Amino acid sequence: MNKNTKRTVRDAFLASVPVMAGYVVLGIGFGILMHNAGYGTLWSFAMALLIYAGSMQYVGVGLLTGGASVLTVILTTFMVNARHLFYSISMIGHYRDAGRYKPYMIFALTDETYSLLCDGKTPDGEDPNLYRFLVSLFNQSYWVTGCTLGSLIGSVLPFSTAGIEFSMTALFIATFTEQWITTKDHIPAITGLFSTLLCLIVFGRDSFLIPSMLLITAVLTVLRGRIQSEQPELVAETDLPAGEKGGAEK
Amino acid sequence: MNMNTAAYSAILVAAMSLTTILLRFLPFLVFHKKIPAYIAYLGKVLPAAIIGMLVVYCLKDVQVTVAPFGAKELIASASVVLLQLWKRNSLISILAGTVIYMLLT
Repeated sequence: MNKNTKRTVRDAFLASVPVMAGYVVLGIGFGILMHNAGYGTLWSFAMALLIYAGSMQYVGVGLLTGGASVLTVILTTFMVNARHLFYSISMIGHYRDAGRYKPYMIFALTDETYSLLCDGKTPDGEDPNLYRFLVSLFNQSYWVTGCTLGSLIGSVLPFSTAGIEFSMTALFIATFTEQWITTKDHIPAITGLFSTLLCLIVFGRDSFLIPSMLLITAVLTVLRGRIQSEQPELVAETDLPAGEKGGAEK
Repeated sequence: MNMNTAAYSAILVAAMSLTTILLRFLPFLVFHKKIPAYIAYLGKVLPAAIIGMLVVYCLKDVQVTVAPFGAKELIASASVVLLQLWKRNSLISILAGTVIYMLLT
């Protein structure tokens, strides 16, 4: 490894440190949930490696244990992770010349990685693509470590982990609150809340997810003119959940 | 876990993985900086709506008609909201809310 490469590794590591705590802690929570649901360490490891999307993995635990249909799983993943479309759109320019690093960088573009790289800045005199690749890689290594660790310690913790499943609820409530603070237009948030509540009452707790997603999309489509006239900007960047402050949601 | 459950779970994990990968790669394959206005609009409004959906999804099993009427969830959820409003640090809100819930359990 030459001196310049070493410097890039160091800079990429330092840039990724703020993400470390969040990913390890939330990963451990996920691993414990998987363990309590009867899924071994290999499952947590594989999901962290192959899905690498925190909110979706938390929701996924419930879908796995509930034996959801493949269609429900695909649609839920699509809705929960739809925001990644917009992270990708806004990184098309920055990642254009990334060459062999590019496929992995696109695969690993989570909320936190996006928040670290979206300004396009990289250290002077260093290979920007290697830097971005390494930031992406360090971040996923924290997530995989946390998920695996959680699954391993789930069986040996000296205290009861009953109630730890609330970490998922807390994650979404914190994200919801943070989004509420940082946006002026609360119609989408209210639409999501009440459409789902309505569908829960009408369709029951085992089959309300797909109706909810359809209703949310329909309501937001009908309200399109109204919301757009209030918030005219149409840039994908506005989807970023408030950088490091909203950093727990990925 | 029997073989059938494991095989079906593996299919669901693959479905989550491939759908997530598709979402991350699609813009690089098709859009090239031109985003259809309707898609851009959905990208702007869906995240907040879906988080609202997930909050309800997480609380779907709360029993509000029998004692203690979801008091545990209410106290822990309110703590998360108040901590987030006060500290603006998601990790603190999540950890504290979860510990409070676990202590009440």
